[in-house]
Amino acid sequence: MRHTIGRRLVVVFLLGIVLLNYPVLALFSRAEMVAGVPLLYVYLFAAWLALIAAMALIVRRRA
Amino acid sequence: MLAGGTIFLVVLLYMSVLFTIAYVGDKRADAGRSMIRNPYVYALSMGVYCTAWTFYGSVGRAASTGVGFLPVYLGPTLMAALWWVILRKIIRITKDNRITSIADFVGSRYGKSTLLAMLVSIIAVVGIVPYISLQLQAVSTSFTSLWTEPGRGIAETTAMFSVRDTAFYAAWVLAAFAILFGTRHLDLTEHHEGLVAAIAFESIVKLVAFLAVGIFVTYGMYDGFGDIFSRAAADPDLRRLLVMGDGVDGSTYASWAWLTMLSMLAILFLPRQFQMQVVENTDERHLGKAIWLFPLYLLLMNIFVLPIAFGGLLYFPRGTVNADAFVLTLPLAQGQSAMALVAFIGGVSAATSMVIVTTVALSTMVSNDLVMPLLLNFPPLRLNQRTDLSGLLLAIRRIAIVAIVMFAYAYERATGETTSLVSIGLISFAAVAQFAPAILGGIYWRDATRTGAAVGLVAGFVIWAYTLALPSLTSPGWIIESLVNHGAFGLAYLRPYALLGVTGLDPVSHSLFWSLFVNAGLFVIVSLLTQPSVIERSQASRFVDVFRLAPEGLPLRRGTASYAALQDLLKRFLGERRTNAALRTYAHRRGLDWETDIVEADADLLQYSEQILAGAIGSASAHVAITSIVHDEALGMDELMRMLDETSQAIAYSRRLEERSRMLEEKSLALETATTELRQANERLLELDVLKDEFISTVTHELRTPLTSIRAFTEILYDNPDLDPARRSEFLAIVLRESERLTRLINQVLDLAKIESGTAEWDLSDVDLRAVVLESVQALHQLFAEHNVALELDLPTQVPTVQADRDRVQQVMINLLSNAIKFADAADGQVAVTLQVDGQQVRVDVADNGPGLDTAAQAVVFDKFRQVADRRSGRPQGTGLGLPISRQIIAHFGGELWVESLPGAGATFSFTLPIPAG
Repeated sequence: MRHTIGRRLVVVFLLGIVLLNYPVLALFSRAEMVAGVPLLYVYLFAAWLALIAAMALIVRRRA
Repeated sequence: MLAGGTIFLVVLLYMSVLFTIAYVGDKRADAGRSMIRNPYVYALSMGVYCTAWTFYGSVGRAASTGVGFLPVYLGPTLMAALWWVILRKIIRITKDNRITSIADFVGSRYGKSTLLAMLVSIIAVVGIVPYISLQLQAVSTSFTSLWTEPGRGIAETTAMFSVRDTAFYAAWVLAAFAILFGTRHLDLTEHHEGLVAAIAFESIVKLVAFLAVGIFVTYGMYDGFGDIFSRAAADPDLRRLLVMGDGVDGSTYASWAWLTMLSMLAILFLPRQFQMQVVENTDERHLGKAIWLFPLYLLLMNIFVLPIAFGGLLYFPRGTVNADAFVLTLPLAQGQSAMALVAFIGGVSAATSMVIVTTVALSTMVSNDLVMPLLLNFPPLRLNQRTDLSGLLLAIRRIAIVAIVMFAYAYERATGETTSLVSIGLISFAAVAQFAPAILGGIYWRDATRTGAAVGLVAGFVIWAYTLALPSLTSPGWIIESLVNHGAFGLAYLRPYALLGVTGLDPVSHSLFWSLFVNAGLFVIVSLLTQPSVIERSQASRFVDVFRLAPEGLPLRRGTASYAALQDLLKRFLGERRTNAALRTYAHRRGLDWETDIVEADADLLQYSEQILAGAIGSASAHVAITSIVHDEALGMDELMRMLDETSQAIAYSRRLEERSRMLEEKSLALETATTELRQANERLLELDVLKDEFISTVTHELRTPLTSIRAFTEILYDNPDLDPARRSEFLAIVLRESERLTRLINQVLDLAKIESGTAEWDLSDVDLRAVVLESVQALHQLFAEHNVALELDLPTQVPTVQADRDRVQQVMINLLSNAIKFADAADGQVAVTLQVDGQQVRVDVADNGPGLDTAAQAVVFDKFRQVADRRSGRPQGTGLGLPISRQIIAHFGGELWVESLPGAGATFSFTLPIPAG
């Protein structure tokens, strides 16, 4: 269903807005390292990758 | 340090590879074996988003703000999630209306407004200039870095290029490249396949180059990510970059949010993104993959930004090397000239792809939406009498490219080389963000008006210029400085960076807040206060309801033009060959010969020509051009439009069914019952299935069309009692015809609703199909004679009877026959009916010798309200419900109804009904 793809992607968008902004972002803005990489960097790239994966899954399930 | 000659040679080599790809891409497109028609190339071509800003500037920004470079890539990722909703709609609209640029898009939405298209072109050109200057600055800085000793101070580097002004040469090279690539031939109706292929290739080059440098720095110079970051954490100066910032420097949460929003808008509205994502899109379905591939590309591009930034900061003594050039200077400092050269080529590919696509997009706007409308409206030039304007169009585009790039060079001189790459680019982002209210509002809000869009755009642009563009020009010195510090006329509340005393935001966020706030506010308020004209309404509907409506709206073109004049006009813009091809296609669809049969261009042909022309010169220009050759009907078109406008205001764009029903009740008592039933039927349908939503909105749309004309013509008759009798009866005939159509439509809607909901009554009996065929033919005897269509019957003397409702089957038969008559060849119409026993069923074929149906039409012909007539000629004759009803009836009796056709060779509709066993 085309309608549901659009809706699910909008949910991903809203989730992304929340994950990649204050205040969630502030939780990770700490002087800590994860495996030698600053926590903030790890979080940002991980969240980014997760959003992409979610979009890929939603679009691919159509087929 | 590398020899200038080597660098030059490598660049030359790279450019020739690029040209080869573009050339092969074009050749293969001509041969029908496209290289770019797949989602991967589409996603890569979007990579044109990553320019020298990304390649050099991100590192520079990371070196001063830590993660502050990221919102520019997170924004597009978030927007990609909305592409399915927003970009898909924009692409569909663009294809339906043959739109060529973002200026064309805005102009077309607001009633094909030349003024708005011009306005958008101007904003786009002025706004993008800083962005192009950024590329010039990056190319010249990188060239200078490669050429001089690494580790030298910025001051010396700057001194270098005032002597050998590399930015100036870079400007000329890039302009030449853009001209060679983008304006080789006038070819806007098709895609620039070669260009897209080259840009996709460049996207790969810059990604690979950047990853190579990143791996070299991270694992060659240092010992992996952990090593670099732990060294940075140990450095008191760098430690603050590991977390979000707290100053006004782009890494605070507020700036972060604003930048994210800004880049969300930029990815949609930058002219080069619009070009690649919308205009060059070959298939809407490619969007599905691009939605996640493009963000993935951005992520890969950014992985090594922070390591390179910290690597450079740790390696060089602070402040000696411009962080924007770390990508180059780090390999150079290690003596790795080959790696530096790879980085340099990556930077060149990033800069060239941006400049090429941007200038192609901008020059299209300048020629189609800015210069041509002016020239066409300037009688002394007598452009109407020129025989071939395509050369002129190309010349305008080439001049535009040179002018834009030189303008960018001048800007680069005016801002000085000390400004960081990213802050220059953000100025352009903020400029194109001004398109957001007009475009997003335009595709979702039907009441948005031309005046509202224009006022909003102008206000937003002025605020942008005052709060961002003007203060960036630091070179003129004290004038700007005093403006920034003390405000215009010494008024403190007019300070560009703190308008009305708003402080605490960085300049970009500050400017974006004010400009978008005023822009969107005025857009909404003025739209609500002004009335759209008819053409604006019609365009609004085409845009907002693009997924809902059939492409036909109110017939906008009335009147006729001489066929010869139309041919001349088309040839001037399209050239002889393409004009003839277009007219031949058109004539063929109507079953005519394009050279002999057409003497006068009617409304339908004019509409068609306008669309074709819009593909070459933009919709606003095309509208003006076609209008210039049209003779209006006696009752002036403007006058009729005005009447239609006034009378339809109450009804035309109200969407609720109840309102429509109330209108109907006023019309006549007979309709009232039908309306109530219709409403009930619709309610039932609603309950039946969510999908029926769309059905209902189409029903109301279909009801509106006849109703609007009835209302309009009645009003004319009422207001003009002394209208001459001939015209009067002409109008009355229209009213009568439309009322009949309305009644027919309502009956059929009810019929269909009954069948679909299962409440229809079926009268089963033994039916002899032979008798049914003969009776149907007899009933249509008159129609056959009127249309001069010959009938051929091939019936066996006897066929087994089937179980069905005799009247219903006859209804199907009559429907098929009258369709066949309608579409049969106009000159030599023939319809053949065959009846035969086919296994356990009886089969009836009705064949005509009309234009036939292509595969696409075959697929939709059984859909509700899908009329093949509206593709062929003028207004649709039927209701678009006959075939769906017929199919339902046949299906009810266990049979099948289908169509077989080859375009140009007629169509055969067939149905079968099962013979009862025993």
